[in-house]
Amino acid sequence: MSTPTEHEHHVVGPKTYGAILAALLVLTATTTGVAYLDMGVFNPIAALGIACLKAVLVILFFMHIRYSSKLMMLTVGAGFFTFIVLITMTLSDYISRNWGLW
Amino acid sequence: MDSHAIVTGQEQHEEHEEHPAYLRHHFVTVEQQRETASFGMWLFLLTEIMFFGGLFMAYLLYRNWYYDAFVAGSNTLGIGLGTTNTAVLILSSFTMAMGVYSAETRNRKGLVTFLSLTILLGLVFLGIKSKEYHDKYVEHHIPGASFSVEDFVHPADKRDVPLAPDMAQHAQLFFFLYFAMTGMHALHMVIGISILFFLLYHAWHGAYTNGHTSTIDNFGLYWHFVDIVWIFLFPLLYLISRHPLK
Repeated sequence: MSTPTEHEHHVVGPKTYGAILAALLVLTATTTGVAYLDMGVFNPIAALGIACLKAVLVILFFMHIRYSSKLMMLTVGAGFFTFIVLITMTLSDYISRNWGLW
Repeated sequence: MDSHAIVTGQEQHEEHEEHPAYLRHHFVTVEQQRETASFGMWLFLLTEIMFFGGLFMAYLLYRNWYYDAFVAGSNTLGIGLGTTNTAVLILSSFTMAMGVYSAETRNRKGLVTFLSLTILLGLVFLGIKSKEYHDKYVEHHIPGASFSVEDFVHPADKRDVPLAPDMAQHAQLFFFLYFAMTGMHALHMVIGISILFFLLYHAWHGAYTNGHTSTIDNFGLYWHFVDIVWIFLFPLLYLISRHPLK
């Protein structure tokens, strides 16, 4: 039955989708609420942390990566990893460009 | 020519087991075909990450460069409308996911209902977005010849720190990136809604609920991706500048 590319298809049901919807709405309310608190440098960190958590929930469940083959997980992971590498390298260039000049 | 092909095709078919009409000949199983389609869609979405990534990178750099102007610009956006729109978009992702579920469980009525709801929520999002764009127009906050630094040099709210005129000019850069990022996102929504009308028409006539759900699956991936872009745009544009570092 199985070929090397075979992976059992998993149908995600309304219960899972409903739970993820509730979690996403709670996180949206949280991130807006937290924006009103003065936490200094932690404001952007909290906002982006919650955004990453929401994105991971959407990718894993709405986009079915939680139930996908390793090939798909690796593809998605590689995409985001490459994106982070590009951001990091651009920023390190930007930060270090004037080193020694001031 | 065609009938000849069918006859020889039937002879070959006797050699292996029955398979659904939508299984293409270069795939061994339905599951392999499904995964290939979704793999291709993800590769496209990865190019989209890089595309929006460039805009995010520009925003990150210029926000560090002209920090005060970006803070002042960001604080003119309405958190209420932004939060509402985030909730609307998340809800539309849920209805889209339920549409995919309906297609997989071969429920034509469910699929039509959830596709319609997704269109409706997408239009509500664009409606709220155009209200926000109109506000920017009224306030002379659209970058270009009619841009006014008045609100930033002489803020109406006494708690806001007035900006020097040259720094206030850089608020245009914030609004340029705001319109570029939300505009590019809105364009993806417009394209998505157009495709949704196409899918709705075919779903109404019974497509996608015969076991072959790749089209709906892949559109779902696109729609969720557009949702993810907004999940990051919302905090970056609306939220993180409420309490600027002194």
